[in-house]
Amino acid sequence: MEEVDVEPVVTNISGIRPGKRMGFAWGPGDILVYETQNKASGPTGSGCAFIHVVRKDEDIYSPILRKLFNESHHIFVGLQTIKDDLPSKSKKPQFVSISRNYRSVIRACMEELQQAAGELLTKYIHHVSILLAIELIWNLCEVLFIDAAPAGSLLLHLLDWVRLHKSDVDEKAKGVLQSDSPAEHRDYWDVVLSYVLQGRLEDTRKMLMKQAMLQPAAKSMYKLMDSLLSKMPFYNPGGTQTLTEFDVKWRNWHEEVDRYLKDNSFASNQHLEVICKILLGDEDVLLEHKELLSTWYYFLITRLLYCHPTVKPTELHYYAQSSMMMFLDSGVPEPLDSILLAAFEFDIHQVIKDCSIALNNWWFVAHLTDLLDHCKLLQSHNLHFGSNLREFLLLEYASGLFTHHSLWQCAVDYFDHCPEFGRVYLELQIERVPLDTERKALKVLRICEERQMSEQVRSICKIMAMRAVRNNRLGSALSWSIRAKDAAFATLISERFLQDYCAKGTFSDLDLIDNLGSTMLLSDRLTFLGKYREFHKLYGEKCFSDAAKLLLSLMTAKIAPQSFWMTLLTDALPLLEQKEVIFSAEQTYELMYCLEDWTFLFHSFNTNQTQLALARNLASAIVKEGTMQT
Amino acid sequence: MFVARSIAADHKDLIHDVSYDFHGRRMATCSSDQSVKVWDKSENGEWHCTASWKTHSGSVWRVTWAHPEFGQVLASCSFDRTAAVWEEIVGESNDKQRGLSHWIKRTTLVDSRTSVTDVKFAPKHMGLMLATCSADGVVRIYEAPDVMNLSQWSLQHEISCKLSCSCISWNPSSSRAHPPMFAVGSDDSNVTYGGKVQIYEYNENTRKYSKAETLMTVTDAVHDIAFAPNLGRSFHVLAIATKDVRIFKLVPLRRESTTTGPTKLEVQIVAQFDNHNSQVWRVSWNITSTLLASSGDDGCVRLWKANYMDNWKCTGILKGDGSPLTGSSGQPSAMSTVVGSSIQTSQNALNGMSAGRIAKRASFAPPLRQLTSPKINQSPAYY
Repeated sequence: MEEVDVEPVVTNISGIRPGKRMGFAWGPGDILVYETQNKASGPTGSGCAFIHVVRKDEDIYSPILRKLFNESHHIFVGLQTIKDDLPSKSKKPQFVSISRNYRSVIRACMEELQQAAGELLTKYIHHVSILLAIELIWNLCEVLFIDAAPAGSLLLHLLDWVRLHKSDVDEKAKGVLQSDSPAEHRDYWDVVLSYVLQGRLEDTRKMLMKQAMLQPAAKSMYKLMDSLLSKMPFYNPGGTQTLTEFDVKWRNWHEEVDRYLKDNSFASNQHLEVICKILLGDEDVLLEHKELLSTWYYFLITRLLYCHPTVKPTELHYYAQSSMMMFLDSGVPEPLDSILLAAFEFDIHQVIKDCSIALNNWWFVAHLTDLLDHCKLLQSHNLHFGSNLREFLLLEYASGLFTHHSLWQCAVDYFDHCPEFGRVYLELQIERVPLDTERKALKVLRICEERQMSEQVRSICKIMAMRAVRNNRLGSALSWSIRAKDAAFATLISERFLQDYCAKGTFSDLDLIDNLGSTMLLSDRLTFLGKYREFHKLYGEKCFSDAAKLLLSLMTAKIAPQSFWMTLLTDALPLLEQKEVIFSAEQTYELMYCLEDWTFLFHSFNTNQTQLALARNLASAIVKEGTMQT
Repeated sequence: MFVARSIAADHKDLIHDVSYDFHGRRMATCSSDQSVKVWDKSENGEWHCTASWKTHSGSVWRVTWAHPEFGQVLASCSFDRTAAVWEEIVGESNDKQRGLSHWIKRTTLVDSRTSVTDVKFAPKHMGLMLATCSADGVVRIYEAPDVMNLSQWSLQHEISCKLSCSCISWNPSSSRAHPPMFAVGSDDSNVTYGGKVQIYEYNENTRKYSKAETLMTVTDAVHDIAFAPNLGRSFHVLAIATKDVRIFKLVPLRRESTTTGPTKLEVQIVAQFDNHNSQVWRVSWNITSTLLASSGDDGCVRLWKANYMDNWKCTGILKGDGSPLTGSSGQPSAMSTVVGSSIQTSQNALNGMSAGRIAKRASFAPPLRQLTSPKINQSPAYY
């Protein structure tokens, strides 16, 4: 496959001296460059530099084009969900309809760009011309590849294609018709000829009528022309006439027109003669009207219309090549020409390749290739990294979207439909979405959770938790750690909570701690925190025996941090000193054991008060339990 | 491509490194003026310097961000033979209003006896770990076991590479199939000393790093080295800046379970570009490893891309033209024109349409062909 070789584009950076080495840094969607030098050992005193932010000519930042991206995203997702069980043939109308949807989105975008007034218009002109070209190419691809019309219908579709993209004739016609004497308007004959070139014979006849009225002397000539125009056969795909029958009819008509030309029926009227020659497909005459045709592909279609209306798809390339050569003369084909030629040659891969090279946005090639792939029109090449062309292009396109602050969400769907590498690309890029707000973080998380991207979920939650800890928002940090299932971090934050309590005597973020539920089981320390708070609640509600039981279990379960043991014992004191006996004898024994254990470690600590209280309690408890209730 | 904006870096001397943070919202710059500056990007895309402080007593060669999972942490390395770790402290509210933040030094790593030429944090799955390399030919790997206490770093490994080191790159792969790995480049210019790129791999059994491979074909001084982000591939891709740009593929070979040494790597050269026609100083991959950038003494930054057949090509060049900076930032050249028509012709095509016309199906003419097409100015999307 020959490649359109394009020299790399040079971008000049003002403010950097030529020949000076540059340093650079890749960023999301841009690259930073700056002037630098050899690793000199010391200060060079050569002053500071500017850092230049260089970006690709990114269309994703254009607000009008954004609509294009958003709406085509819908169409794309719809296309992916078409059931695969039906044979491709019966899905053709669906594919054609989707193709038309894409095209109408392009056109809507073009219209909007056109209506942009003022200085914006100059900025958008290039966008419009690109979209024009894109729609032209896409339409042709639809006609040739997706609709894949057979001989007969093929020409009719191509005729539609050309008419759609060459409609300045209507503007001209309007101007002519609105004038006082249309037949004498200077554009009159241009309009007539344009109609003929487009095969719009009805319109031609109507126009010629006006001229005929002005030239009563040539009445018979005009009548003849009118008759010839009216008799030109057009193939009717839905009709009963076969292609062969049509061909015969057409040849007969062609011969008739030829006869009239040869016997000089139109010799006295140069214009009518020209029309006659066009009807016969006279290439020289056609080429004399390059201005009206304006493009070689228009020339091609007109040529086919009047020379070979039953052209088969396989014959197109020959006519296309010769048309291009004849029309362009010595001119060099432009990228658009090569692309269209490749289409006429049914070389889909070449079309895609050339489009990729000529356009700086992957949107077009990605969506078109995807559609063609669904139509099973792409042979699967074995690609180097195991994926295929469709996926390669979609990945490129979606990666480009990812740097945009809102379009990245569309990109997710594209990755979802790339079976080989979509997931790993998504994992890599979704981590980089800046988590500006909690809301955005939750949005990103939801996307990751839906796809079981557990590592990304953990990482994002950890980042948010860390950020919260640094800003001393312990409650937020805790809930993020829990979400990350990060036991270690949850432990850390629980410690901080407990330290805070020791310092201030109260808990912050009570709501969160009170509603931990089963999540408190994530880490021992967290469980302790939750249960300890519960203890405080019970105590506050004066449910002393429950509080006591809980306190005891906290001590014996050994989930309390060492630093907290004295605090717990101190918490037990008021319960021990209540008038009513709260701790049973057995419970008191357990408390005593704990104290004994811990005194070993807190040997410097004065536990006299606690020992005394425990002893007293034990005594009371024994008495209470030993007393018979009468 | 176009210059979207230019930031006055305000350093008093040469800038040696610029580093974006993980999310692309902050950047750090370091300079021969011995300071580091941290910049924050506002919502409208403007960069503001939120911190600037002296970090070393010599030129600062590199600055790098740790993964945000560890908080806001920077590491810098310098000619003064040290590397340092810095953490941002959330300041007083009035500081925040003034858009300032404070960074404090958490530790100084003083083990090197010569200029520390590079510092890089290890992939996050390895914990908070960093590697430094020095002109004395030693790579040092430090770890902070307690993420909440950044003042405690311990030297875990000291690896002598025998040659003066200039750059180091960690393999970002977190796949279980790939043990931790880094590549180190040497700027020793004596070509008889053999391969200037060494690959080291961590061995779970010996708990040490051992040399897995030396790239013997790289005999000239290496100035920069970069592993590409791993996209689920089984092999590794490494870019090297030396007298030219080279891209290597390192394929781990399956080995017997009985061997205890590092993985055997098959080394293949994927591409070699001498377009810079001079020493290449930096190479770096973009996030998806689809683009490689290199800068050389020819005063250019070149962008390299592989098409779907893995053929590499230069897709763009950035070069200084010495023109003075204008006040306004550049304008994009918009979408590239495919037809190469002039603005005038497009204007005509558009003028043909009346603004108020609302047709059911808007029909447009493709721009008129010029007999002499203007030079096509576009950035090819090389696929």
